[in-house]
Amino acid sequence: MHNSSEEFKIPIGPQHPALKEPESFSVALRGEKILGVEIRLGYNHRGIEKACEERTYIQDMYLIERVCGICSHSHSTCFVQAVEEIAGLAVPRRALYIRTLVAELERIHSHLLWLGVAGHEIGFDTLLMYTWRDREIVMDILAELTGNRVNYGINTIGGVRRDISSIQIQETLKAMDLLEERTKYYIELGLGETTLIKRLSGVGVLSYDDALHFDAVGPTARASGVKRDVRKDDPYASYGEISFDVITDTGADVYARTIVRLKELMEAYKIVRQCLKNLPDGPITVRAPRKIPVGEALSRYEAPRGEDVHYVKSNGTERPERVKVRAPTLANVQAVKHMLKDRFLADMPIVIAAIDPCFSCTDRLVSLEQDNRGQENLMTWQALHDYSIKWHSKRGVDFGKLNKKLQERLSKY
Amino acid sequence: MFSAIFSMMIFPGFLFLAVLSFLGEFIDRKIYARLQNRVGPPWFQPVADFIKLLGKQEIIPSEANPTMFKMAPLFAAASVVTAFFYIPLWTPEALYSFNGDILVVLYLLTIPTLSFFIGGWYSTSLYARIGTVRSLTQLFAYEVPLFMGILSSALLANTWSLTKIAEFYVIHPWLWLMNLGGFVISLIALLGKLEKTPFDIPEAETEIVAGGFTEYSGKLLAFLKLTLNIEMIVGAALLSAVFLPFALTYNSFLDFVIFLVKLLSIIFLISLARTIVARLRIDQMINFCWKYLVPLAMMQLLLNLAVKGVMIK
Repeated sequence: MHNSSEEFKIPIGPQHPALKEPESFSVALRGEKILGVEIRLGYNHRGIEKACEERTYIQDMYLIERVCGICSHSHSTCFVQAVEEIAGLAVPRRALYIRTLVAELERIHSHLLWLGVAGHEIGFDTLLMYTWRDREIVMDILAELTGNRVNYGINTIGGVRRDISSIQIQETLKAMDLLEERTKYYIELGLGETTLIKRLSGVGVLSYDDALHFDAVGPTARASGVKRDVRKDDPYASYGEISFDVITDTGADVYARTIVRLKELMEAYKIVRQCLKNLPDGPITVRAPRKIPVGEALSRYEAPRGEDVHYVKSNGTERPERVKVRAPTLANVQAVKHMLKDRFLADMPIVIAAIDPCFSCTDRLVSLEQDNRGQENLMTWQALHDYSIKWHSKRGVDFGKLNKKLQERLSKY
Repeated sequence: MFSAIFSMMIFPGFLFLAVLSFLGEFIDRKIYARLQNRVGPPWFQPVADFIKLLGKQEIIPSEANPTMFKMAPLFAAASVVTAFFYIPLWTPEALYSFNGDILVVLYLLTIPTLSFFIGGWYSTSLYARIGTVRSLTQLFAYEVPLFMGILSSALLANTWSLTKIAEFYVIHPWLWLMNLGGFVISLIALLGKLEKTPFDIPEAETEIVAGGFTEYSGKLLAFLKLTLNIEMIVGAALLSAVFLPFALTYNSFLDFVIFLVKLLSIIFLISLARTIVARLRIDQMINFCWKYLVPLAMMQLLLNLAVKGVMIK
């Protein structure tokens, strides 16, 4: 009956203990070895983008915040930044600092959560219990500052909704000291625990070139040595005024991703301390118009999982004409298939978890209707690419050189 | 006749063992929880779980072979309970003994793995298929160091009977210290037998749901869980009989308490192991067993041979 050379397919998902959200991985196996993986998303499509078009900007902000349960502030800030850019609002500095503060606290809670999940995926439940206990510290601080543990609702168009008192500053600083001590312990643990290293190193390798090819973002890319961080490359909020390092690692495996996230935690404590120390005085919000003038904007934001992109187009009414969300997981999920090739089934949960997936945020619906007039509207990827280069060169932006470079890199594959 | 049935079914047989296994499971879960900074379950939780599972609907997959599917947990339970009769508990004398019973106990403890394999295999689930193949692969890795570790103690006592081994160490009270290495090796191998972290590869939850047990539910699952707990108690009792045969006072109450302490400290070590390490991969587990455990077990055998030579002179 069973024969180790026999190939068979096992379903991981849509319902499976390793996955916290519904998505399907169909794994072709020979014995324990993975021959190929088919990924299917789309089990949790909620139609948020369409719903945004039917609501006002203020309502959208709360809706967008619910794209993701973990990085809710990321999505709401990203959206608000785009709207503010269209409306030409000058957000007060104090508001920007508070946004940065909440963003980094969110990164801390997200990374601690990830560390616990990673521990669970490799059967190290003690790590899960420890990190999630410590995560409560930062959750409490977030609840203290914003009123909520998740979906903080601190942003508003033109600023933030809540100010920070000096007592809250003291409490946050105290919590940072405690968390820093705990994180140092986890770094020590990560560098020393043999079974942890055995399970993580050499698993899910994504080389520097592959990371560029698959367009990985966030800690996944940084662990492959790609120095890509929107906070440094295109500073938003108050990141331009704050000194911090972009953590990279050349390990390119799951272990490197763990180390990058742990070190990023240390950077986050640094940023939070600077935010609280240099918190400028002044108002926390400016008055925003109800109707946003005609225009469009693309906003980038470094979420805990990587670069988050929001595109907003307004038509002069109080409702946006189009909102487009590109969650970081969509950029990273392409790389998972590559990382899993020729690995063992046992590595599968941790390799998937290592990109810190958030599948519900990623789910989009694209329907391609091929009606009578459809043909001329359908474009191949290459045609679209050429069209966009022409479009830009007409307006005086030359992408020719960059394009040549890209083609050279792509020709290697 | 009646007393034989009493000792098999009630004390120190099946019922006593079941109670002990609930206690063992509670201690294991509580220690695991406390070490992880959790509160942990109340003392009656294992019993409550068992009763609740008994009341649940039993689903047998339509593709499965119902006879094999149902018989597997029974075979497993029967063999571990039988093994228990040959292990000296708080007296140096087991309920039954004959020369060679140590091998019978070791083989009886292998039967659960095989019957879980058969039950899982006949459930025709893909996860069970992978899990059962893994558990058999693992069997070939941990069985050798476990046998070598336990037999090294028998070698020193120059007997194949567990009762005789216990008697030998009563006469030579400090010689058990020679076997400490064997104790550690056997304890690690026992983790593989009990499928506890780091060797819970055959039932790795995040990879293959519950391995061979995926399709089990209701009463059958309840008995499977009970069997696993009894297996833990029997394994711990075997290790305590072979490696920790000290402090026998011939006061039966005191000896009983000491036996419980030994048993629970072995369970504590098992809980500790699964708290502080991550699950290994199957290839890493086999490498570990053959590269490190087996050579160490061989060294223990050599040491015991040398000690025996010196003692005879």
